[in-house]
Amino acid sequence: MAIIERPIPATTTPAPAVTPSTSLGVFRRPVAARGWREWVFTVDHKKLGIMYGVTAMAFFIVGGIEALLIRAQLAGPDGKVLSADLYNQMFTMHATSMVFLFAMPMASALANYLIPLQIGARDVAFPRINALGFWAFFFGAIFVNTAWFLGGAADGGWFMYAPNSSVPFSPSHGIDIWAIGLIITGISSQTGAINLIVTVLNMRTKGMSLMRMPVFTWMILVVQFLVLFAIPVITVALVLLIFQREFDATFFSVAEGADPLLWQHLFWIFGHPEVYILVLPAFGIVSEVLPVFAKKPLFGYPFVVFSGAAIGFVGWGVWAHHMFASGLGPVSVAVFSVATMAIAVPTGVKIVNWTLTMWGGKLRFTTAMLFAIGLVVQFTIGGLSGVTHSVAPSDTQQTDTYYIVAHFHYVLFGGAVLGFFAGFYYWWPKIFGKCLNEKLGRWNFWLMAIGMNMTFGPMHIIGLQGQPRRMYVWTEARAGEGFFNLGFWNLISTIGSFILALGVLMFLINVWYTHRKAPPAPLDPWDARTLEWMTTNPPKVHNFDSLPTVHALDEFFHRKYEDVGEGDSHDLRQVATAEDLLAEQEANADHHLHMPSPSYWPIVLAFSLPLIGYGVIYNRLIGVVGVLILVLAAYGWAMEPSVAEDSDYEPELPSGDGPGTALATTGGAE
Amino acid sequence: MSDEQTTGGTPPDEKTPGHGAPDLGNEPSDAGNRVVETLDEIPMGGVPEPGPASGGTGTGLTDMPSAPEQRDEHGGHATSTGISNNKLAMWLFLGSECLLFGGLISTYMLYRGRHSGSLGPDQIFDIPFTSVSSFVLLMSSLTMVLAVSAASRNDLRNTKLWLVITALLGTTFIGGQAYEFTSFYREGLGFTTSLFSSSFYTLTGFHGVHVTVGIIMLLSLVGMLSRNRVPGDRHEVVELVGLYWHFVDIVWIVIFTLVYLIPA
Repeated sequence: MAIIERPIPATTTPAPAVTPSTSLGVFRRPVAARGWREWVFTVDHKKLGIMYGVTAMAFFIVGGIEALLIRAQLAGPDGKVLSADLYNQMFTMHATSMVFLFAMPMASALANYLIPLQIGARDVAFPRINALGFWAFFFGAIFVNTAWFLGGAADGGWFMYAPNSSVPFSPSHGIDIWAIGLIITGISSQTGAINLIVTVLNMRTKGMSLMRMPVFTWMILVVQFLVLFAIPVITVALVLLIFQREFDATFFSVAEGADPLLWQHLFWIFGHPEVYILVLPAFGIVSEVLPVFAKKPLFGYPFVVFSGAAIGFVGWGVWAHHMFASGLGPVSVAVFSVATMAIAVPTGVKIVNWTLTMWGGKLRFTTAMLFAIGLVVQFTIGGLSGVTHSVAPSDTQQTDTYYIVAHFHYVLFGGAVLGFFAGFYYWWPKIFGKCLNEKLGRWNFWLMAIGMNMTFGPMHIIGLQGQPRRMYVWTEARAGEGFFNLGFWNLISTIGSFILALGVLMFLINVWYTHRKAPPAPLDPWDARTLEWMTTNPPKVHNFDSLPTVHALDEFFHRKYEDVGEGDSHDLRQVATAEDLLAEQEANADHHLHMPSPSYWPIVLAFSLPLIGYGVIYNRLIGVVGVLILVLAAYGWAMEPSVAEDSDYEPELPSGDGPGTALATTGGAE
Repeated sequence: MSDEQTTGGTPPDEKTPGHGAPDLGNEPSDAGNRVVETLDEIPMGGVPEPGPASGGTGTGLTDMPSAPEQRDEHGGHATSTGISNNKLAMWLFLGSECLLFGGLISTYMLYRGRHSGSLGPDQIFDIPFTSVSSFVLLMSSLTMVLAVSAASRNDLRNTKLWLVITALLGTTFIGGQAYEFTSFYREGLGFTTSLFSSSFYTLTGFHGVHVTVGIIMLLSLVGMLSRNRVPGDRHEVVELVGLYWHFVDIVWIVIFTLVYLIPA
C-alpha cells in the first residue's frame, strides 16, 4: 500500500520543514519539493487531478480549433481553407484530440480529484502509478501532436480503417506516431483504471458500502472496468498496425489474403465500450448535480447504478452495429441490431430517473443545473437518433453520412461535454475555493447550447440529404434546392460552430475573471449531499482531518438535515451547518497521518515512452536510450519504498511528537 | 443489496483495537513469536531492524499509540474488501492481459490457414520439441508454487532457491523458443512470409516477451531479497510475481493447444 509518508500532524500546525539530505538510489528523493517541482514530482491525487484537467482543457481547445477549421472549409461549396490532405489530417486529429486527449483525461481529472473525497479516502490506492498515468498521458498527447511538425499528422480517420491506414495510402509517419501515441495514452488509461478500481473497492471509509457510494463514483467504477478490458484490444490492433507499417507484415493487406474486417472488429470491440467510457462519467456528474439543485434525493438510486452497470455489460455486445454496411451477414446484423435496441433501455431508465428527480423538486437554476438539464435534453435527442441506427436497413442508408456525425455529436457533446461543464461549475468551489461567475456562466451555457444545436442539428438534414462524411468539399451542383439544400444548412452549421466556440471562450473568460475578482466561496455553496463537501475548499492535503463514518446514502445531507415529516410527507429541518460539521471533524482530528511521498520515477518512466516510440519510427538508437531510461526508472521505482525513508529528510527537530519519525520507517509496497 | 458493508472484509471496528496496543506497522501480528533459527531465515514480514531508522530507542516503537489507519497502509490488512491493494491490482492487470492475448490469439486463429502455398502450420511445427519445452514451462509453475510456499514459511533460503530454479526453467523455455524461431527462419518461414507466419511470430513473440519480463522479475526479486530491498510485505511480493508467472503459463497452455495441437 502506498499512502504512507512522513507523518505530519493533522492539526493546523504546519508540517515540520524537511529537506532532502541523503540520496536514495540515483536521485535524491524530492520529499520537500517546492514551487514547480512540487507539481512535477507530486503524487497527490488532487494536484494530479488539476494537472489532468488543465492538460485536457488545452487539448479541448486544440481539438476545437481543428473543428472550426473543418467547419470553415465546409461553410460554402468548394471550400478553399484546407487542402484535401490537410482536411483528412484535421478530422482525424479532431476526433483523436477530443476522444483520447480531452474526454478520457477530463474524466480522469474529475475522477482523480473527487473519488478519494467521495469515498472518504486520503488518496488513491497507488499514488505513484497515478502520477505515471498523468505523465504518460501528457507525453503521449504531445507525442501524437508532434506529427504535425514531422511531415503531417495521421490522416486515416480516428477509426483508421485498413487499407487507408497502410503505407501506400498514407506515406507520412503520421499514422505511426498516432498509433504509438495511442498506445502510450493507453498505458495511462490502463494504469488509471487499475488504480481507480482498487481505490473504489478497497479504500472506502467506514460504513461506505457500495450502495452508499455517490453515483459519480459508481459510474467511474463502471467506466474503469470498461477501460481495463477495452484498452488491451485496441493495443493489439495498434501493434498489428505498427508491425504492418514498420516491419512489412501484411495483417491488413487484402491483396495478401488478409481479412479486411479484422481491423474493424478489433477497433470496434474497443470502440464501442469507448463510447460509454466517454459518456458514463458525465452521467455520473449529472446524477450528482440534479439532486443537489432539486433538493431531492436521486430518484431510484439503485436503478441508476444498475442501469449504469447494465450499460457496461451490454456495451460489449453491440460493437458490430458500426459495421452494418460491411456485409456481416444477416444473422450477425440481426443480433447486433437487437442488442443495440436493448442498450437503449438502461439509458432510457437513466433519463427517466433524472426527470423524476427534478419532478416536484425545489429547482435552483444555477449554471451547473442548466448544463445538467442541457445534458438530459441533448443526450435524449442523440439517443433517439441512435436508435434509428440500430435498425440495420435505416443504418445502411445513414452510414458514412453527416447524419452519423450529428448523432454522435449530440451524444458526445450533448452528453460528455455538457456533463463536464456541469461538473466544472458544480465542483469549481471545491477544487479552487471560488465559485465561477453565474452571469458569465449563463452566457457560457446558452451560447454553447444554441451553438451546438445550430452546429449539429442541421447535420441531420445534411446527412439524410446524402452529404458524406470525411469529404473535404461539397459542390454547388449537387447541393439541391429549396429548404433542404446543402448550402444553407452547411452555412448554419458553420455559424453555429463559431457560436459554440464563443461559448467555450466565455468559460475561459469566466475562469480568468473568477480567479482575479471572485471572493472565496462559502464552505457549502450548493447545499450539497455527498462526502467531498465535508471538508475545506479546497481540501487539505490529507482530505479529511478525521475520516467520516458513513451511515447513509447522501451522508453529508443527512448530517445537515433531519426529516421531521410524518409518513410519506417529508419536512426537512436543518440540524447542522457545514461549518458545524467541519468544526466537529477538526476537533477529532487524527494525528500521525501518512501521506504519499513525491517521487521522480513516474515522470522519468513516462518520459521514456515517447523516446521508445520515436525509436521504433526513426532511429533505433533513440529507442535504446528510451529503453535504458525505462529500465532505470523501473528499478528505481521498485527499490524506492512508497514511504520516504528517514535518510531522505533532514534530522527532525525534537518536538512533542516523538514517535513520528519512527512511524515513517514502517514499510509498504506499491 | 443491503445497506451493510457488502464486502466480506474486515469489519471496520477491527481497526480500532490498534489503539494503545503495541502495534508495529512493520511486523505482522503472527510473526511476533517466531524464532529466527539461522541468519538466512529472516521473517519475510521483516524484523524491526535496529539502527538509526528506528530512532535509536526501541521502546519508542512499542509505546507509540498507533493511528487507526496505520494498519490500512501496511500489507492491506484493513482494506474494504479484505484483499490487499497490490493483489487486487495484480488480478485486474491479469484480467486485462486476457484481453490482450485474446486479441492476438483471435488474429492467429483467423490467419493460421492463410499461407498461400508456402510453409504452413502442419509442415513447420515440431510437436515433440515444443511439448518438451512446454513441459519445462509448466514445471516452472510448480517451482514457483514451492517458492511462494517457502516464502510463506519465511524460509528465505529456499524462497531464493526456488525462484532461481523457476527463472532457469523459464530461460530454458525461452531458449527453446529462440531455437524454434531460428530453425523456422532457416526453413524459410520469415516474419513477413505469410499471414500465418506474421500472426504466429506476433502471438508467440508476445508470449515470449511476457516470459522474459517474468524472468527479469524473478531474478530482480532474488537480488532484492538478498539485499533486503523489497519494500513492504515480502511474502506478498513473491506471491504477486507468482501470480504473473502462473498467468503466463496458463496463456501458454492455451497457445500450445490452439497453435500446435489442433490441426490447421
